[in-house]
Amino acid sequence: MADTGLLTIAGLDCFYGEVQVLYGLDLALNKGEVLCLFGRNGAGKTTTLKAIMGLVPAAAGSIRLDGKELTGLAAHDVPKAGVAYVPQGRRLFAEMSVAENIEIGLMARGKGKQTRENVLDLFPLLRERLKQRSGTLSGGEQQMLAMARALCLEPQVLLLDEPTEGLMPSMIARIRETVAKLRELGVSTILVEQRVDAVLSVADRVCFIENGRNRETVDVEALRADPSAVRRYVGVG
Amino acid sequence: MRDASPAKTYALHIGVIALLFALNFVLPDYHQGLFARIMALAVFAMGYNLLFGYVGLLSLGHAMFFSAGLYGAGLTVHHLGWGVPQAFVAGVVCGALLALVIGLLALRTSGVAFMIVTMMFAQVFYLLILYFAAWTGGDQGLVIQQASRVISIGGISLDLTDPTVRYMSALALFAVVLLIALALVRSRFGRVLVAIRENEERTKMLGYDTVANKLIAVVASGAICAASGAAYALLFGYVGSNFASIQYSILPLLWVLLGGAATTLGPLIGTLFMYYVTDITSGFTSAYLLIVGVALILLVLFAPKGIMGSIRERWLGWLP
Repeated sequence: MADTGLLTIAGLDCFYGEVQVLYGLDLALNKGEVLCLFGRNGAGKTTTLKAIMGLVPAAAGSIRLDGKELTGLAAHDVPKAGVAYVPQGRRLFAEMSVAENIEIGLMARGKGKQTRENVLDLFPLLRERLKQRSGTLSGGEQQMLAMARALCLEPQVLLLDEPTEGLMPSMIARIRETVAKLRELGVSTILVEQRVDAVLSVADRVCFIENGRNRETVDVEALRADPSAVRRYVGVG
Repeated sequence: MRDASPAKTYALHIGVIALLFALNFVLPDYHQGLFARIMALAVFAMGYNLLFGYVGLLSLGHAMFFSAGLYGAGLTVHHLGWGVPQAFVAGVVCGALLALVIGLLALRTSGVAFMIVTMMFAQVFYLLILYFAAWTGGDQGLVIQQASRVISIGGISLDLTDPTVRYMSALALFAVVLLIALALVRSRFGRVLVAIRENEERTKMLGYDTVANKLIAVVASGAICAASGAAYALLFGYVGSNFASIQYSILPLLWVLLGGAATTLGPLIGTLFMYYVTDITSGFTSAYLLIVGVALILLVLFAPKGIMGSIRERWLGWLP
């Protein structure tokens, strides 16, 4: 894959209060690829996503999207720059219907009917549930809705934090298919994932994060051939 | 809120306004006066509901916005001799400006801290009214003379002390604010406010400036409450510091909770219910507040979403 460096992170330091959680993190997401952040709990994967979104301030370093600096932007301006985030735990507007959740996403960047149709084509199941209160959807459907709402922004980069967590196998398969489809549509994705099988099936490259530092980034083909890195950084596989 | 056709929703609200209009001709004098008061105060509750029901910000300081309107209108009539329309506008502007300043400061906080900060500002406002007693009348308040409460339009004089004129003026204000509130909650802005209430961080992550939207809501809420205060001063001819006390910050919260937070008609129903329960029970016993308290507890136990909120939940999902 050509290294077009759509999103680049260089020397990123982040703190929670006085505790440093990211130490000079470097990362590059290429155009149209799925990059997986892999590591133990507390390694700094979610913090990396939050730093990209401006939810955790960068103490040092830079985050650039297509050459434009994202650090220092207000959190609500990052989605306008072209990054959408689906956090762990989905966080839907539970009292709103599926249609209203999607509408809020569309309104955010003034998108219209065509975007709505494109998004619903990706998640046909949601089309049947448009009037249902989103809080009553199953876990998998909620995950789909969270992704659909984020895609209403027509982002260049999609950040997914453990999208398959707590889902049944059939739903996990659907989420994986959707991530693969998004790649075909040219959406670049950073995926935080704990499941080795999910990583191997959808990612193009895997970045191993340990104690707030990126240790190694490998192509998924190389990882399939030699999974020792998974054992080294996560202790499984 | 489930999807409902705009025609059905507007028809319901216009029907309520028409019913209130018709009541003017059938209500006995005492109840006509009571309804005028209820409609004026329901506007206060609607302003409160905008912030509490739709944005999820619980303020304990809305008495200051109501009394900013009350004093803004009352003092300009009393000291400057302004006419009723000008005084009304002055009251609304006072409330909106105060809400802008309070919003800029108080929105740096959230949750319990927001409650406390708004309550403290309201207490400061209340004490300022008492401190500047030479202007405000202190705890005695001010009476606006009947002669000052006349609107002259094109040779026609409308005396706000006349029961029918007073009723219709209160209804006009109530109707305008109700339709504005309905349009607001159905608008893009209204949906963003609900999204903020549901999950502020997520709303921010979709690219909405949540602080700016909340500030607009505070100002709109303050202006509506001030409109209620200004109308109250002009319709009932009294401006008093008790309207700036903590009691008048808690009352709109009760009215909204009873009627149904985040429902457009809830504030009217809550205010109406509370006024009539108090009115009826006080006729039987001096311990009427005990009965009011029991009624409130029963309602909270069996209809925790308020009267209109429960109706929406159980039967009419399309109610805004």
